[in-house]
Amino acid sequence: MVLQSGTKRILKLTPDGLEQILDVLHKIGFETIGPTLGNDAIVYETIGSIDDLPQGWTDKQEPAAYRIIKRNDQAYFGFNAAPQSWKRFLYPPDRTLFRIRRKGKGLEFMEQEENTAELALIGVRPCELEAITIQERVFTSSEQRDDSYLAVRKKLFIIAVNCTSSGGNCFCASMNTGPHAKENFDLALTEVVNANEHFFIVEIGSETGLSVIHDVESAEPTEDEVETAAGLVRQAESQIRKLDLDTTPKLLSANLEHPEWDEVSKRCLACGNCTMVCPTCFCSTVEDTTDLSGKLAERRRRWDSCFTLDFAKVAGGNFRTSPRSRYRQWLTHKLSSWVDQFGKSGCVGCGRCITWCPVGIDITAEVQKITGT
Amino acid sequence: MSETFVDTGTETGTAMVPSFATIRKITWETDDTFTLIIDAPQVNGLPFSFKPGQFNMVYAFGTGESAISISSDPFKKSVIAHTIHRVGTVTSHLSRLKRGDMIGIRGPFGSAWPLDKAAGKDVCIVTGGIGIAPLRPTIYSLLRKRSEYGRIIILYGARSPLDLLYRVELEEWSKMPDVEVIVAVDRGDSSWKGHIGVVTNLFSYIKLDPRASIAMVCGPEVMMKFTIEELQRRGFAQSQIHVSLERNMKCGIGLCGHCQLGPKFICKDGPVFALPDVQYLLERKEL
Amino acid sequence: MQTQDLTESLHQHPFLRNMDQELINTLTSCASNVVFQEGNYLFHESEDARTFYLIRSGRVALEAGGSERGQIRIQTLGPGEVLGWSWLIAPYRWHFDAYAVEQVHAFAIDATCLRTKSETDWHFGYEMLRRFSEVLERRLEATRLQLLDIYGTVKGDKGEKF
Repeated sequence: MVLQSGTKRILKLTPDGLEQILDVLHKIGFETIGPTLGNDAIVYETIGSIDDLPQGWTDKQEPAAYRIIKRNDQAYFGFNAAPQSWKRFLYPPDRTLFRIRRKGKGLEFMEQEENTAELALIGVRPCELEAITIQERVFTSSEQRDDSYLAVRKKLFIIAVNCTSSGGNCFCASMNTGPHAKENFDLALTEVVNANEHFFIVEIGSETGLSVIHDVESAEPTEDEVETAAGLVRQAESQIRKLDLDTTPKLLSANLEHPEWDEVSKRCLACGNCTMVCPTCFCSTVEDTTDLSGKLAERRRRWDSCFTLDFAKVAGGNFRTSPRSRYRQWLTHKLSSWVDQFGKSGCVGCGRCITWCPVGIDITAEVQKITGT
Repeated sequence: MSETFVDTGTETGTAMVPSFATIRKITWETDDTFTLIIDAPQVNGLPFSFKPGQFNMVYAFGTGESAISISSDPFKKSVIAHTIHRVGTVTSHLSRLKRGDMIGIRGPFGSAWPLDKAAGKDVCIVTGGIGIAPLRPTIYSLLRKRSEYGRIIILYGARSPLDLLYRVELEEWSKMPDVEVIVAVDRGDSSWKGHIGVVTNLFSYIKLDPRASIAMVCGPEVMMKFTIEELQRRGFAQSQIHVSLERNMKCGIGLCGHCQLGPKFICKDGPVFALPDVQYLLERKEL
Repeated sequence: MQTQDLTESLHQHPFLRNMDQELINTLTSCASNVVFQEGNYLFHESEDARTFYLIRSGRVALEAGGSERGQIRIQTLGPGEVLGWSWLIAPYRWHFDAYAVEQVHAFAIDATCLRTKSETDWHFGYEMLRRFSEVLERRLEATRLQLLDIYGTVKGDKGEKF
């Protein structure tokens, strides 16, 4: 099988074929991470086979609400954005930066384990794929790059899964990030499941993707089958929520004193949930500790949130004490200044911040309120 | 392995890991501010080199890091000085260290004062409190290439005479030709013969041609706002005014998100900015 | 100094910048040159404010007295600045002591003379008041900034030591 550069080869795969792909990945040495059931939710964890996938389950998402429920079919990927994104695999919530030992009057570094994991992400949604690309830009585009991020990212194998239904809080269509994955994957699946058949349409996105699928049993899909899959994805484009990608950045930067910031801050608990579940939020803090003898010191990097009170604190005071200013920072950064910094919006429309906000603040509604006045 | 990521950059080493440096000397400037002089470490195998206005992340073993501007002469490559206000746990820890102790250094980071833009011009340096520290390397640089610049005017505000930093040097500089040093304190006593009042008052005592001058301002943000107003009232264009800003910094390289001010990362886009790049942001509260 | 010279040198004081010649002439008739030696007081608190000064050189410190902390220096004034406005507002008494930190050369403007001329020449009176308002506004702004104690260490819930 020869993949000509610039062309995308399309194949048809059975669930068994997907299992074979996992086997190939394992043989190469990849750890396969994918969706599975855990804690009454869909979680991304190490999976051994397609039996670990949340087959026959979906979720129901609303502002401040998430429930998993049974589907009427046996779809493997019939759910929407999981509570946690893939972010933690590339950018761990807690990472040791270095360990130092006292030696006489001096100091010396202790050896540190290198992150050698080769990860294959199974079931990355188009919005999540975009989120990975966005974080990649944050961590690797400036002069000083995050080496630990690069180490994992360079070895990453990605199987994307196109969405055939949208969750209650999804707005990827307006953000131009989904429901169809266009690039940056090794393989992309569209799942078709009905009374008669259950198969995947596979798009090959890279040479590695091609080599992985090379010896897997597959077939040429018919035009009808390809069209059926494409139709399902188009169906997922119908979403209630939306954001105007073109006007929002300027709208927000021009409305930094809008009364809505006061209004929303009356509801916002400044808990930071939105920043934790956001697949692009990248803020971190560092924590320094010593052991009891005081001879061994460690520095860890942890996820941080712009909602914490001491986020903008300096020796002489604190630049953002009010919840109003912290909510404004989060929203204007995500949707406006991110564009200035990295050339693109920091939002992919996955809707997690709406689902996991304990009081159900909806960022698309907030933008709408500022637009409407 | 994957072609979904195309790496176009070059390895930069370990920007999050400090280099060790030995303390050569600690000098107390006031009762709560000291200058730490360290042997310049090598960074990624290269000699340490910095531009006036840049800062280091200074690490105290086990306690943490603090972003501290470099206050030494950039032409003296063997040592680095940091003048540090003892206010928190990290700076307190650093203040207790002795000659021969080791600290960690990451840097230098950030933007520099526009010395090239200052060529041929009168340079008006307006500082308040510890804000004089990041401008000291600039003063050294201006003095080293004295003929390339016009007059040097240093206006410096502090809380009280006892809070003045670099007193001996201020005295020396003031005696140099075409260098004016004027100091004001907020609170004086009867032994203080100098000015009492805010630093902006000092503009009454100097002559400046705004078209032939450049201003570099560093101090508490309120002080900088008043200074900017005063400079603009005296005919300075926005683009001739430069400021150095302070924000919370954890990484120093634009990755941790803490130091953001609107679209700017103070650590890598700043800390030194031409005023047009930040004035609209400084006008917003709690941005 | 001849009246002519006095008029000319008054002209150069920043407080009177771009003032009409006619008004300067009016002012000259109330003005005189004064010198205070280092260590002398220009005036004391609660004395009648009969003059104000346009400082030409030297430095004057305003001091508040009578506290358990002794004399407290609040502010210094130097060349180009105006000293005193108590003459403008009844009951025309000084609120502070003014001490010559260095030898001071100044123009002393007789307040009674100035008030009388202002009452009869409203244009002149307005111009003086306008210039004084500007000085007052700037002085108030500076005092507020001084009040903020911006170089002090912030303590308390919002910026506690860390």
